[in-house]
Amino acid sequence: MTASAEALSPTPVVLSASKAALWLTGAVFLALALYYFVGIDQGATSVFGSDSHVHEFVHDARHFLGFPCH
Amino acid sequence: MGRNLVFRGMLAGALAGLLTFVFSRIFAEPSIEAAIGYESGRDAALSTVDSVGMHDEGVELFSRTVQGTFGLGVGVILFGLAMGTLAGVVFTVALGRVGRIRPRVLALLVASAGLLVFFLVPFVKYPANPPSVGHPDTIGSRTTCYLLAIVITGIALGGAVWLGRRLAPRLGNWNASLVAGAAFVVVTGVVLALLPSFAEVPGPARSADGAIVYPAFPADVLAAFRLSTVAGQLVLWASFGLVFGPLAERVLARGRAAELIREESVDGRFASS
Repeated sequence: MTASAEALSPTPVVLSASKAALWLTGAVFLALALYYFVGIDQGATSVFGSDSHVHEFVHDARHFLGFPCH
Repeated sequence: MGRNLVFRGMLAGALAGLLTFVFSRIFAEPSIEAAIGYESGRDAALSTVDSVGMHDEGVELFSRTVQGTFGLGVGVILFGLAMGTLAGVVFTVALGRVGRIRPRVLALLVASAGLLVFFLVPFVKYPANPPSVGHPDTIGSRTTCYLLAIVITGIALGGAVWLGRRLAPRLGNWNASLVAGAAFVVVTGVVLALLPSFAEVPGPARSADGAIVYPAFPADVLAAFRLSTVAGQLVLWASFGLVFGPLAERVLARGRAAELIREESVDGRFASS
């Protein structure tokens, strides 16, 4: 896979997807979790029940970043 | 090397978030304050004619000062960190798989893709709203629609890149990119048109006999706020792309140097393959 891709493109493939797939998946998961807590939690859905500390703390950021709020 | 690239993405993302926070503090916060001022004025005016307020904020957990400084800063920087992580992953996977593109240019392309998917295309249908615009009862469906718009834009953009790569040998890079771009615009345009709309900018408040007791939401505040959010996203993604590109090129150059040394010291490499 790596060898054939290298032969086709002059820019080398730096990653054979299977090798670091697990690590990359972890990074994506972390990013999505952050995205969820900054933008969505304690709005439409909530993992901390009816508490709204997260929502109120990042309130202005949510509006500014384009997330639906209230 | 892939791991190092993603770490650079996180770093560049957090840095871009910091810069965007400074921007938002100066250019977005005044319209947020004006919108909250409108909301309290409207609630006060309505409470004199009947007891129903616009929406009940409940107990104040954080002061406006905290929300407008630490809260805004933490939120925007963490958003930058999350976006930088995702962009770093996309960059790492795409490098070498999307044709002959310099890493620095690819970084800018990935940043543009992030801007399109996570803000600009969804904004066409669901623009950012200041406080007091948006009904509390529709928060669920508004969030679902917004996330749906993001996911569909992401899929459409991935599809457009794939299509462009497929057509490039037949049409050449220029025409293949035009066709793929047109396909992206048509697909996202149709999907956005089909998604439900929410028209929730507050109109004038009236008393029971129909007299206006408080004006509609000021249009200039709405326009200024939305413009500041678009400009803020431009700051975020542009600074991310410009910082991440050179950082990634350094990582790649170091990786290539290490590979050359390894090839010289281990000479059996070519015999075995």
